[in-house]
Amino acid sequence: MTSQPFFRQQSELLPERAPPAATTGVIGWMRANLFSGWLSTILTLAGLYILWLIIPGLLDWAFFDADFQGDDRFACTSSGACWAWFDQRIDQFLYGFYPSEQTWRVDIALLLLVPALAPVLFDKMPGAKRLRWFSLAYPVVATFLLIGGFGLEEVPTNKFGGFMLNVTVGLAGIVLSLPVGIVLALGRRSRMPIVRALSVAFIEVFRGVPLITLLFVAAILLPIFLPPSFSLDLVIRVIVVVTAFASAYMAEVIRGGLQAVPRGQYEAAAALGLGYWKMMGLIVLPQALKISIPGIVNTFIGLFKDTTLVIVIGLFDVLNIGRTMVSNPDWLGLAVETQVFISLFFFIVCFSMSRYSVHLERRLDTTKR
Amino acid sequence: MAVTGAPAGFELRRIWSDERARSALFQILVVLGLALLVAFFVANTIANLQARGLEPGFGFFGDQAFFDINQKLIDYSSQSTFGRALVVGLLNTLLVSALGIIAATVIGFLAGILRLSNNWLVGRLIGVYVEFTRNVPVLLQIIFWWSILTGLPKVADSVSLGGALFLNNRGVRMPAPILENGFGWVAIFFVLGIVAALIVGRWAHRRHMATGQPFPMLWVGLGLVIVPTLIVYFALGQPLDWDVPERTRFNFRGGFNVTPELVALWWALSTYTGAFISEIVRAGILSVSKGQSEAAHALGLRPGLTMRKIIIPQALRVIIPPLTSQYLNLTKNSSLAIAIGYQDFVSIGNTVLNQSGQAIEVVAIWMVVYLSLSLGTSAFMNWYNSHIALVER
Repeated sequence: MTSQPFFRQQSELLPERAPPAATTGVIGWMRANLFSGWLSTILTLAGLYILWLIIPGLLDWAFFDADFQGDDRFACTSSGACWAWFDQRIDQFLYGFYPSEQTWRVDIALLLLVPALAPVLFDKMPGAKRLRWFSLAYPVVATFLLIGGFGLEEVPTNKFGGFMLNVTVGLAGIVLSLPVGIVLALGRRSRMPIVRALSVAFIEVFRGVPLITLLFVAAILLPIFLPPSFSLDLVIRVIVVVTAFASAYMAEVIRGGLQAVPRGQYEAAAALGLGYWKMMGLIVLPQALKISIPGIVNTFIGLFKDTTLVIVIGLFDVLNIGRTMVSNPDWLGLAVETQVFISLFFFIVCFSMSRYSVHLERRLDTTKR
Repeated sequence: MAVTGAPAGFELRRIWSDERARSALFQILVVLGLALLVAFFVANTIANLQARGLEPGFGFFGDQAFFDINQKLIDYSSQSTFGRALVVGLLNTLLVSALGIIAATVIGFLAGILRLSNNWLVGRLIGVYVEFTRNVPVLLQIIFWWSILTGLPKVADSVSLGGALFLNNRGVRMPAPILENGFGWVAIFFVLGIVAALIVGRWAHRRHMATGQPFPMLWVGLGLVIVPTLIVYFALGQPLDWDVPERTRFNFRGGFNVTPELVALWWALSTYTGAFISEIVRAGILSVSKGQSEAAHALGLRPGLTMRKIIIPQALRVIIPPLTSQYLNLTKNSSLAIAIGYQDFVSIGNTVLNQSGQAIEVVAIWMVVYLSLSLGTSAFMNWYNSHIALVER
């Protein structure tokens, strides 16, 4: 039997092979994440080209070729941005026409927001239970600080403006819309047909129309609907319609939370003999609201961005302050600078809130991926 | 029967402890309260309108408008009626919404897919775009692009893009298509091609379902639409010409002008909504569980086919409902046109309101139109959802 050995006999050394392509280190990382194929390589090169187009020009415009000092736009002589308005106008951007000797009240109201929000957003914080009473009292405290009365100098709401107006309208809208939204969400899930129909109608109408038309309602129609003797400030009317608008969205968010509470919770509460309000108030709503917090934060982000729409009815929010400033001969034509500044402000606020909501969603999502 | 003659207090308590009676009572109270509120508003309104000497009603629609509209899709002049002005505005809203929806869909799908690519740099760049546009008010973006566009050089120093497109502070000058004799035939063949492709598509789908044999529908369909159209187009001597704008001393000859308002509004809405759509697309693709693609690979399907036949159909089920609500948001956001002077439905309505003083009627028209748009969309969504549920079994 001539058997052939299944291995080959090797009489000389094989030539050396090239070392394997790096799969670790910087080169390996770049190979895997930037140049993994011809398509990926093209995309990387295109991305680098875009960066090369944008970044140097942007930096030159915003910093290296920019002017920071001066009393008017004629002081800005270089080719880049003109930031000279910043020193003079920043107070107006922040506080609108709020009396300058009273702006400390706005600052305090904003500072107090931190202890008011913290126990709601971070429930593991020590002492959160006691601080929650402060959260409940905060709207009253803030209103008192901003409007005055009881010894503080009164500031009429038509002096509100700038970022302060955006924050006030946004926060008031979201805080007031929470209870209304809860009622609407419960109404939409109610077994009473008339209550359900009315809730659905309210929610769908306010979600279906653009906020801008509701602002026109606040500016033009509300005075017609109300008796002439009963006049409300425009800012208050805006807060009323913004609240109605936000509560429709809020109701849908909370309805989602209510649906996510397992049926067993409702049944267990009923088995314990709890009535409707006790079942909702003690068992279902605490769980539903907790699940809804990311949605509520997202609603707030949307609402906060939408507060800029008040310019169409002539309120001086930060966008309008900027527009007015650049129509002033001293600062004519600096629209892009003010817009960049305002966008950065909104971006920082909204982006950090959306990160927080993503973090919450991850924490609440217990399903394993 | 024992209750006859019982004291009234007992009756009340019985109503209170009976859930049905209680809820009926509660609903009656709600309706009464609402009716009182409405009556209060109506009484005030009547009094206020009388004090201002206004007569409610939609009769003013036939009155002459006396104002001009420069952006119009149908004939309109300052001699036209208020009603016609509103129609012009509605068409402008639909125009910018349709253009925006197309662009936002393209941007959103591209960005969503690119963000999932394993290219680190591209993923980051798209992430920056998405986060930045999502977190800045859309009104600010509209005004930003508008101030960029109106800050462009004057007409005489227009920036030329490829010699056919010109950018200046009055907008974008584009070549205008000129339809010559016989173009109708090209259009007819184009439509016939689409019909033929649809018929073949149904047949191919049925055969695929019955026998499992695939059919290269994409190529056949494209061929059916393009080849006959091109043949007819060249056979009739290319009956489509372009009126390319030419520089004159101070202006342009030929072509047509798109206003900076339309361009800014369209671009801002598309990029803003596109960022939201890209997140929806990304979430949709990620929602298809990994087991699906692994199973497809195990069956021997190539990656492209896995994407087309396994992942995308399942992802679309998740993507479409929020996508339609983004389309609706875009349409509603187009009302921000008023801030830069694009004459959309709300903006023209506002002019009508100021000229005629009929505030209630104009606001009512706004709400009815936007509500019907949104109810129509949600009707479509419900239909789609039930359709999907059927397929799912």
